[in-house]
Amino acid sequence: MTTTFDVSRRGFVVGAATAGLALGFRLPFDDGAAHAQAGYPDEINAWVVVQPDEKVIIRIARSEMGQGTLTGLAQLVAEELECDWADVTTEYPTPATNLQRGRVWQSFSTGGSRGIRESHDYVRQGGAAAREMLIAAAAKDWGVAPGDCRAEKGVITHAGSGRSTTYGKVAKAAALLEVPANVPLKDPKDWKLAGKPVKRLDTAAKVVGRQVYGADLRLPGMLNAAIRQCPVFGGKLASFDAAAVQSMPGVRKVVTVDDNAVAVIAERWWQAKTALDELPVKWDEGANAQVSSASIAAFVEEGLTADQAFVGNQNGDAEAVIAKAVRKVEAVYAYPYQNHATMEPMNATAKWTEDRCEVWCPTQNGEAALAAAAAAAGLQPQQCDVHKLHLGGGFGRRGAFHDYVRQAVLIARHFPGTPVKLLWTREEDMTHGAYHPITQCKLTAALDENGDVTAFRVRIAGQSILAGVMPQRLNGGADPVTFQCYAPKGDHAISYSFPNLLVDHAMRNPHVPPGFWRGVNANQNTVYTECFIDEVAHAAGKDPLAFRLKLMANHPKNAAVLKAAAERAGWGGPAPAGVFRGLAQCTAFGSHIAACAEVSVTGGKLKIHRIVAATDCGHAVNPQQIEAQVEGSFVYGLSAMLYGECTVKDGRVEQQNFDTYQVMRIDEMPEVETIVMPSGGFWGGVGEPTIAVAAPAVLNAIFAATGKRIRRLPLMHHDLGTA
Amino acid sequence: MARINVNGNTVEVDADGATPLLWVLREHLEITGAKYGCGVAQCGACTVHVNGEAQRSCVLPLDAVAESDRIVTIEGLSPDGTHPVQKAWVELDVPQCGYCQTGMIMAAAALLARNPTPTDADIDAEITNICRCGTYRRVRAGIHLAASQKA
Repeated sequence: MTTTFDVSRRGFVVGAATAGLALGFRLPFDDGAAHAQAGYPDEINAWVVVQPDEKVIIRIARSEMGQGTLTGLAQLVAEELECDWADVTTEYPTPATNLQRGRVWQSFSTGGSRGIRESHDYVRQGGAAAREMLIAAAAKDWGVAPGDCRAEKGVITHAGSGRSTTYGKVAKAAALLEVPANVPLKDPKDWKLAGKPVKRLDTAAKVVGRQVYGADLRLPGMLNAAIRQCPVFGGKLASFDAAAVQSMPGVRKVVTVDDNAVAVIAERWWQAKTALDELPVKWDEGANAQVSSASIAAFVEEGLTADQAFVGNQNGDAEAVIAKAVRKVEAVYAYPYQNHATMEPMNATAKWTEDRCEVWCPTQNGEAALAAAAAAAGLQPQQCDVHKLHLGGGFGRRGAFHDYVRQAVLIARHFPGTPVKLLWTREEDMTHGAYHPITQCKLTAALDENGDVTAFRVRIAGQSILAGVMPQRLNGGADPVTFQCYAPKGDHAISYSFPNLLVDHAMRNPHVPPGFWRGVNANQNTVYTECFIDEVAHAAGKDPLAFRLKLMANHPKNAAVLKAAAERAGWGGPAPAGVFRGLAQCTAFGSHIAACAEVSVTGGKLKIHRIVAATDCGHAVNPQQIEAQVEGSFVYGLSAMLYGECTVKDGRVEQQNFDTYQVMRIDEMPEVETIVMPSGGFWGGVGEPTIAVAAPAVLNAIFAATGKRIRRLPLMHHDLGTA
Repeated sequence: MARINVNGNTVEVDADGATPLLWVLREHLEITGAKYGCGVAQCGACTVHVNGEAQRSCVLPLDAVAESDRIVTIEGLSPDGTHPVQKAWVELDVPQCGYCQTGMIMAAAALLARNPTPTDADIDAEITNICRCGTYRRVRAGIHLAASQKA
């Protein structure tokens, strides 16, 4: 009944295939274009292992955190490989192996909804090259031309002679061949496996409790650690009284971690946590202890009217047109701090000696985890390795931030040769996140006498993620990521055209650490734009759909998804009694998204009945998993809209657990109808973009139902009962 | 030394009586299907059955468990993953990250044991587990599917 984990293996076999954030992480090693083959006789190439029993192991570099990338990437490899899908399992190569092999698997980063869209080309190439090698090995054996042979479901046939063999039989010979470069890939219209709604490869283990997460890991002789960090960001550990808990059951040691935390190491985690609860600790909280939500709000709000700001998008002269406008509409919106709240709290297990360090952990970026481990270990990356486990949720928390890995290694250094697992309590997780940044936004639109928009002005004020996480990526001090969904072009292009436009950002960075939070800045920026556009449409006395479409003439793919969602929902037709509709749309993470929400508000109580969502992600690798991501995105986005807020008092986050940080549960889940409408020609992400339309579609429907504009989230602070 | 019955086996546990059942299962018995999510009975990732009822094991102290109590974890729900709820979960590909799903399945199985054909309102009232990936739509469909296959 114990789940045992074979830790001697280089990679973990994980039973089956992934989506995410631009984390922008790089180790200081060159990408290896060559699929270095020599010395790896057990594999066809870096992506594919075929065993004598026909079992096919597909190597997956990106991390599975629920988004289905493991299955999707395996589908893409298998499509080209022409193996039997029933024979496929998957394996994570380790980041140190990637380094040793010249980064043959390229990036391990799993964020920005990039898992598939960034790697589809080279993973398919891996499958195609392996197929050609297997065919070439059979052809060589038969003395025939490879071009006269074909492969299907793991069987190679030579039509001329009627001979056939299997992948398992020729794998050993194929492994000795050169890896061909630039094998032509299939046209997606010819896909047989990719593009199909196949089942996930990781479900079976997850329904019987066999899936081992980082929090579940057990290693022989392992100790367990619980940690407490200074509740005030930027504060330090002043002192603690280890003697007070040293004799408590199971306690082995009480140690300082960096300059801001203390950890108790015990035989069992519950013992460590129990002792930590009793440990007298004094903090040096520093100047940030004076900061509150009110002081942060005032600091951010000042940016709304500041003279200095970074320009993110501009055409014409919006301010001049607004100054002379016959009519203008103006509103200020605000979006709060939020925690990722992955179901599995932060954790990592580390084993350290003077010349070697190994880490087992959930991570969205194995190579970043490796870098963090090496730095904490005082060793070179080549002396370390990271064994990835499927994540119990990522949402951006485990990509750019490996604080938990660093801490685990620092703690393990106190017990050379002994593995130590660090598991955060939910309370630590809630109060030491990498929070969705806080911003406010002032929007102004100028209208002419026909009610058409002549100028659109957006001033964002507030926190920059890049400034907090990777300041080296700022561009002359500006944070380009702040302008998601307002950009002139690209993955986050604005999906309207205005004759005069100005979008700028007055950066105001409070002390609360920001992070990439699933959907990132598309979340609040789409609330700002889509709710405000709705306001302007009503001010102009126009239908919100027709008003939008008129501004979308240069954005046909956006218009197509918006029309599809609106039509399916019955926009313009009668709704059930008491039910009202709202729209939202955007381009985010390279995909075009729209939603139409149906809500009712009775006695001040909101019910979200149905949401119809349309997604154009270019190519759809697994439509049923895209549906799952769309459905899940509404839960994440609506949890944020309904409840999501971390408030700050005395420099620390007040919410400690799910009793005060509420999230959506099943009783609030609306029916979701997903329209997957890939138009081809590009690859868009699916793990995040729908989150952006969730809140504004519902907020616009709430307005339709109540006449109330909700401009400060979350909704729980508003009374919908009195009109 | 406490004696408790888990998945049909009576076992002795050398743990402080205040230790939550969740941590007895995970650390003393090495049964890790029940997960730690919150520790305050909010999220339900730790859900197990005690005498057939869904219980949040993170707040149930060992002292409160009698030897006669029948504790069932996800590992003991069926011998081979063929409980109707597990089959429905596979059929509909319900889990995403999966961390909450063992608790979700145990909550759903307890509901169905008591109420073989739950309505949506029954599900809303009884299934209060948190899933951050947002699998609720498929969880609901899975409960209905399991109910129809059981009937």
